[in-house]
Amino acid sequence: MYPWGAPQYRRARRLCTDFMSTVASNNPKPQASTRITGWFAEWVSDWGELVISSCVALGDFCLFVLSTFRWMFSRIPRGETLWPNFYQVGVSSLPVVALTGTFIGVVLALQSSSQLGHYGLTNQLGGVINLTLVRELGPVLAATMLAGRVGSAMAAELGTMRVTEQIDALSAMGADPIHYLVVPRFLACLLFIPTLTIMADFMGVAGGYFYSNIWLSIDQHYYWTNSAKFVNNFDLFTGILKSLFFGSAISLISCYQGFNCKAGAEGVGKAATSSFVFAFIVILILDLSLGLTLKAVYESWYPGGTY
Amino acid sequence: MMIEQLLDQEQESIVDVESLSVTFGNQEVLKDITLRIPPGQTLALLGESGCGKTVLMKSIIGLVKPTDGKIEFDSENINQLTERQLSRMRLRYGFIFQNAALFDSMTIGQNVAFPLRQHGRFSDNQIREMVLSRLSEVGLPDSVVFKKPAELSGGMRKRVGLARALIMNPELIMYDEPTTGLDPIMSDVINELILRTRSRNPVTSIVVTHDMHTARKVADRVVMLIPRQRLDPGENQIIFDGSVKELENCRDRRVQQFVNGEAGERLMEMRADDHDQ
Repeated sequence: MYPWGAPQYRRARRLCTDFMSTVASNNPKPQASTRITGWFAEWVSDWGELVISSCVALGDFCLFVLSTFRWMFSRIPRGETLWPNFYQVGVSSLPVVALTGTFIGVVLALQSSSQLGHYGLTNQLGGVINLTLVRELGPVLAATMLAGRVGSAMAAELGTMRVTEQIDALSAMGADPIHYLVVPRFLACLLFIPTLTIMADFMGVAGGYFYSNIWLSIDQHYYWTNSAKFVNNFDLFTGILKSLFFGSAISLISCYQGFNCKAGAEGVGKAATSSFVFAFIVILILDLSLGLTLKAVYESWYPGGTY
Repeated sequence: MMIEQLLDQEQESIVDVESLSVTFGNQEVLKDITLRIPPGQTLALLGESGCGKTVLMKSIIGLVKPTDGKIEFDSENINQLTERQLSRMRLRYGFIFQNAALFDSMTIGQNVAFPLRQHGRFSDNQIREMVLSRLSEVGLPDSVVFKKPAELSGGMRKRVGLARALIMNPELIMYDEPTTGLDPIMSDVINELILRTRSRNPVTSIVVTHDMHTARKVADRVVMLIPRQRLDPGENQIIFDGSVKELENCRDRRVQQFVNGEAGERLMEMRADDHDQ
């Protein structure tokens, strides 16, 4: 499942073994041409193995996602598995998302004000800050915090359950681990990430306003008028729709990493780390592709409008 | 007559493993294993670490998918069952994991009640009574019900695992190294519990163990596996199948090494294997 480490280790080990056997038997060095051909063949073989194992991992992930959807629509999870996850995602994550949202709003105001000040457009600050927050930073920030705070914890918890055979124990007692463990986590992330996004948006807007109004003394009338002019309902919809995709990706990637955790403390640590790294990369890729798609949708719905 | 006897034998076995092979990546763990277990028998599965005992047991319960071969439980091929059918089938199994595999986030009471809540339609009162009765059968006081698994000792956790496995009155109980990591007295307590479980209910048991004392005490039949690296060409991985007495009199060098706990030339063999790899 984690092919990127294996070829290097194997090659290093093979090189060490070759070196040891050469020293031990005092063999003459192989011809330079044979050495280069051998090295090239190994290089091709390693890359081939990497490509194949990546395809296998992707296929395995797709089957995992399909199985999650199948269980989600075939049987509702029990309340005792849902509520703790809803609480973890929806309630426990709120303070940290609110705090980061506030700071991002303030920092955005700080950086944009000096840039816009050069062109005498400081009154437009509200529009710039709020549009950026509602469309991009709010959803991406909430998703990043969720991936870091909840996603890694999910991967570590499920990884520990895998290592200590608790997932096997669930199967052995006739409970499907995907239905019991993954579906509640997926639903929690899917249903509650919009609320986290709205919280990040709100606190960011509030932080940006207080900095602009109190520190920079920008007239609140211009601030809010320009905000209303720039930000419309479609922007809010864009942000919340993106967050649904981010939430799904975070939960599925984290649970998959936990389910495929390797043995030992190192395996659990790797599962937690790689769940965050993969989730973050996927969030950024999804952000770009959804941004492009939604721009195209907006332009087809409102042919004269500017996105 | 011969055919009738063979048919009778087939009907008698509750677990029927036929030409089972399991491969993980490039590593072939089990190859061509054939094993029939009649109802009510207690079978000890012996063998050194890494020979595939646990994999064989997990294949029987459907936790590991075989690469080749067939596994039947009560004449049903478990690899052809859907997930739901397999879930229902697993109610008839009890599995005691090596480290008990109790759910950390739940109390002991919730752990033992888990299979009942998952499948049964029992009232809370019935569940409470059944949990307390199972816990007392394995020698645990009522006070452990509200404790978390981390607060218990290794021996207590194993006994909770046994209580959890027994709560649905399974027909087949599988013990994965039940005495590993326990002191001699606690090991014998577990052995006694295995015997008592068998005397109370007509269950079939498979005990994966390294412990010859356990094998001597509980087993009707002993099957010994060895790692594939130690096999002679064309030899089957099951190198011994018989009673405990026959095992002790077996002339095979590898069997004797295991029974007497002697390393012999094994260290040299392992070094050679490592060098070949």
